[in-house]
Amino acid sequence: MIVDFLIPALITIVNVTTPILLAATGELVVEKSGVLNLGIEGMMLIGAITGFAVTFVLGDPSYADSAPWLAAAAPWLGVIAAAVAGAAASMLFAFLVLTLGSNQVATGLALVIFGTGLSSLIGASYVGITIPSFDSIFPDWLASDPVGKLFFGYSPLVYFAFLAVFGVYWFLNKTRSGLVLRAIGENDLSAHSIGYSVIGVRYAAVAFGGAMAGIAGAYFSMVITPLWAEQMTAGRGWIALALVVFSGWRPGRLLAGAYFFGLFMTLELYAKASGFSFLPSQFWAAMPYLMAIIVLAIMSARESGGGEAPACLGKPYMSDA
Amino acid sequence: MIIRFEKRREPSKFMQAVTPIAAVLLTMVIGALIFWLIGYDGPRAVKEIFFTPLLAPYKWPDVARRAAPLILIALGLCMGNRAKVWNIGAEGQYLLGALAGAGIAYLTKSLEGWWIMPLMIAAGIVGGALWAAIPAFLKTRYRVNEILSSLMLVYVALQVLNYLVTGPWKDPNGHNFPQSAPFTASQTLPHMIWGTPFPPGLFIAFALAIVFWIVMSRSEFGLGIRVVGDAPKAARYAGYDANKMVWQTLLISGGMAGLAGVLEAATQGGQLNLGFPSGYGFTAIIVSFLGRLHPLGAALAGVVLAVTYVGGQVAQTVVHVPNATAGIFQATMLFLILASDVLVKRRIKIVWSQPAQAPQVARSTT
Repeated sequence: MIVDFLIPALITIVNVTTPILLAATGELVVEKSGVLNLGIEGMMLIGAITGFAVTFVLGDPSYADSAPWLAAAAPWLGVIAAAVAGAAASMLFAFLVLTLGSNQVATGLALVIFGTGLSSLIGASYVGITIPSFDSIFPDWLASDPVGKLFFGYSPLVYFAFLAVFGVYWFLNKTRSGLVLRAIGENDLSAHSIGYSVIGVRYAAVAFGGAMAGIAGAYFSMVITPLWAEQMTAGRGWIALALVVFSGWRPGRLLAGAYFFGLFMTLELYAKASGFSFLPSQFWAAMPYLMAIIVLAIMSARESGGGEAPACLGKPYMSDA
Repeated sequence: MIIRFEKRREPSKFMQAVTPIAAVLLTMVIGALIFWLIGYDGPRAVKEIFFTPLLAPYKWPDVARRAAPLILIALGLCMGNRAKVWNIGAEGQYLLGALAGAGIAYLTKSLEGWWIMPLMIAAGIVGGALWAAIPAFLKTRYRVNEILSSLMLVYVALQVLNYLVTGPWKDPNGHNFPQSAPFTASQTLPHMIWGTPFPPGLFIAFALAIVFWIVMSRSEFGLGIRVVGDAPKAARYAGYDANKMVWQTLLISGGMAGLAGVLEAATQGGQLNLGFPSGYGFTAIIVSFLGRLHPLGAALAGVVLAVTYVGGQVAQTVVHVPNATAGIFQATMLFLILASDVLVKRRIKIVWSQPAQAPQVARSTT
């Protein structure tokens, strides 16, 4: 009985958490380098439609005879395409912000508006189509048992999200390049004066953030509901941004915080589905956003003067002759 | 050959005036190119989006009704953005303004009188300002980033609307549609006034643009906003209270968004339903930047953006471009105007040979 309820609930938590974890992991690196990219939502939508479209086109049954491997490879190529598309979109932001020194807040917002428009432009011809969900890659005997399913029943992207958090932790804290990236986020002028390429590192960080946001978007259109719908990411990109602040720019706390948010988003789904709720369903739908605000208030109040944020976050930098 | 951007001592006034126009023109060129590349009649699409709404008088009322909320919201945002207080949740404040107005309409549904409309408008302004007071409180008390808190509240506001029109305020004669009861005659404003094809909101918007211009350029308060935004450290020494500025700019921009919301509900909708949220709160951010954060610039830019909305619909029926087209043009315009900032603050210098001395670094303070 308890297994019947608990295991699907836990699986749902993993499913709703993974995309915000992916996107926030990318944004963490971007912000550590001193850049604030508010455009996550836009890059996620571009990733969502790209991943879906590529998977659908390559998974066409008419290729099955000539290239049977293509059907199996299609979702993998879809995810790669989503990452590339997200990174490409982020380069538009990077060029404006890093090369031309434009305002980061406004440029990030422009990226959201652009991504929303571009994705629905491309997606118009894909509405109403479904693709096979990019599900478990483990053999059925492992993933069919309820407990086995809890560990082996997910899309490869779920495991990738975990790996990415640990990878980012290792990169930022254990490698020399990670140290350089953090130094640039803390004091770009000093980093420049000892010969590091501030702009170059920031371009790379923004590209990584874009790729992760693209994959996060693909999780919506390829795993959760394997179809395309306009604005299907429904504001989760903004939750990811709040999550980075919540984490205090630390990968460990980012992982914990993502699952904390995931828990609340799952409560919403269960409260709606069961119909058993003394509060209106809209309250549960607003819950993740209310939680985000409350959590931000608690976190921001605790630290004195925003001590944990990278010192150069959001500030323009240009090398002047 | 190296292209460099050298810092100007003073921002170029000439560039400030010319770049928005250049951005709009370049948007047309790039837009035509994009839509031509993906297989549409690009030049025709540009003509329908940017010129048809202006050249066809029967489109003017439609342009005017969209320009009014865009200008009203953008006026408040110009003020906030000048002080670097980033209210990006105007869409939520716009909704709350409409909801507060509709609340008065709900309470006065069996009453009549001239006083109902002013009361609705006042409620709308207060509703929007109160919604913006939440990020202001969190920012000044707990240092919560106002970008995130104001934005999160948009999603909360959408759920409040959803709850009210499907629950307590649902029209009992509405065939179970999620919508409020239609407003009565005392609760609605005419679509056109004074023999013009324009709604009252447009006149209010233009009048307030002039008021905002005078306040921003002539008053102590306006000076404070400019100083806090341009030189926060100097402002602190000069005794300007940054927290007070956060409160003032957020309450004013929230109140303006609320005003836009209640006017829209009372003029166009005549009731509230799930289709009421329109994205004006987000588009108004583009308006404020295209208008160079200047109240009169915002009034002009509001008309330009309203034209792209109306033109986008024309292009949809005539050239069969998808409905996302206007959004892409609007985003392109914002990208270009932000990119052109570099020309205001810097001058382009082409260097033909590498100079001997090492480049120095300076952070731009503006």
